[in-house]
Amino acid sequence: MADHMIVSTRKGLFDVHREGGGWTVGEGSFLGDNVTLALHDPRDGADYAALNHGHFGVKLHRRDRGGTWQEIATPAYPPKPEGLDDRDGWNRPVKWTTQLIWSLESGGADEPGTIWAGTMPGGLFRSRDRGDTWEMIRPLWDMPQRNLWTGGGADIPGIHSICVDPRASQTVRIAISCGGVWVTHDGGATWRQSAHGMCFDDGPPGFAENPETQDPHMMVQCPAAPHRFWVQHHCGIWRSEDDAQTWQRVHARPSSFGFGVVVHPNDPDTAWFVPGIKDEKRYPVDGRLVVTRTRDGGQSFDVLANGLPQAHAYDIVFRHALAGDDTGERLAFGSTTGNLWVSEDQGDTWETVSTSLPPVHAVRFTS
Amino acid sequence: MARVHFTANLRRHVDCASMEADGGTVREVLGHVFAVQDRLGSYVLDDQGALRKHMTILVDGRRIDDVERLSDAVSPASEIWVMQALSGG
Repeated sequence: MADHMIVSTRKGLFDVHREGGGWTVGEGSFLGDNVTLALHDPRDGADYAALNHGHFGVKLHRRDRGGTWQEIATPAYPPKPEGLDDRDGWNRPVKWTTQLIWSLESGGADEPGTIWAGTMPGGLFRSRDRGDTWEMIRPLWDMPQRNLWTGGGADIPGIHSICVDPRASQTVRIAISCGGVWVTHDGGATWRQSAHGMCFDDGPPGFAENPETQDPHMMVQCPAAPHRFWVQHHCGIWRSEDDAQTWQRVHARPSSFGFGVVVHPNDPDTAWFVPGIKDEKRYPVDGRLVVTRTRDGGQSFDVLANGLPQAHAYDIVFRHALAGDDTGERLAFGSTTGNLWVSEDQGDTWETVSTSLPPVHAVRFTS
Repeated sequence: MARVHFTANLRRHVDCASMEADGGTVREVLGHVFAVQDRLGSYVLDDQGALRKHMTILVDGRRIDDVERLSDAVSPASEIWVMQALSGG
């Protein structure tokens, strides 16, 4: 069970620890700087932090277990070919430069040192040396379908979810806002669209069901049942039982809109979400912050509110800001309002860790 | 040789004291600077070598015109300032 977490915020990264039965915000790193995402690699204990300095661009740092932060290489786009008219799905020119590291994941247990990074405007990168050097996965970037991708809430498309298959490390699935779900079985050499069954609620004929432009907000894979997936999509919740080949929609109350999803590591039927009023509003229904949990694969949902504010709560929980630990017992989430909560009983009750953090981008439990 | 200056905000992230460097254009001068301090380059230029969106460079008090290729002329007596816009919350 995890007693530590790393919390990425608009004004720094915070180490949060369990002490004496409660959780305490400990030392901060990069104070004042925008830490957009962090990764804890359980294989060697290293932490990675992605920063977005705005003026000075995106940077990546690594902290070995017990060590201090060191800047490492940032995934960088190759030179854009002279004269190439490269446009996204909204017909806007694509800028070939890393504008956000939107996903960071460890490679498989059999490939120590391998790290994956998904970025805006849609490039996928792999490092085989713990982030000292990066290679762009060109076959994905060079697909003509990439020019159909669009921004979701952001102006430009990006890869926010990377699932390395525990059965075969060369099988990797990624989810893109807005570009559907893509799978490779050969370590990135070839890719196939895999968002069939997802749909938008509105749009012209041929648009709503087109997998190429779907907007999954977050995708997770159950480690113990790796053929089972969950997606929190822009228009609701989808699940797959067939290696993400087809997707089925389920419905939650009070809302199926949200960003993050966590699946229980040992039970593919159990998953958690933080709902909000759908897209044009984006705040908790009736100002009551709740977590929804299904234990039966989405047939029904528990509404969990014990310990969460039930009046005038306008917290939004971004896709990487809802986290579970490696046992499925502990959960945590941070919000745009700078609140941080933790549960030690699968969401039945919640403890407030802080109400005064900067806006929270991401939460990860660490070993 | 032209003299290149950096702001305190940038020096917070990268150790970059003012230094002198040869070159007939901004890109040539900065190329010599980045050869000495290679980490500095990615803070000033994007992946395509263009000036980052919220950065600017002044040569003898005048903002450069070519933010993509940095082809603005520099003389041996030029003073070059690499600066960022002050914005954000």
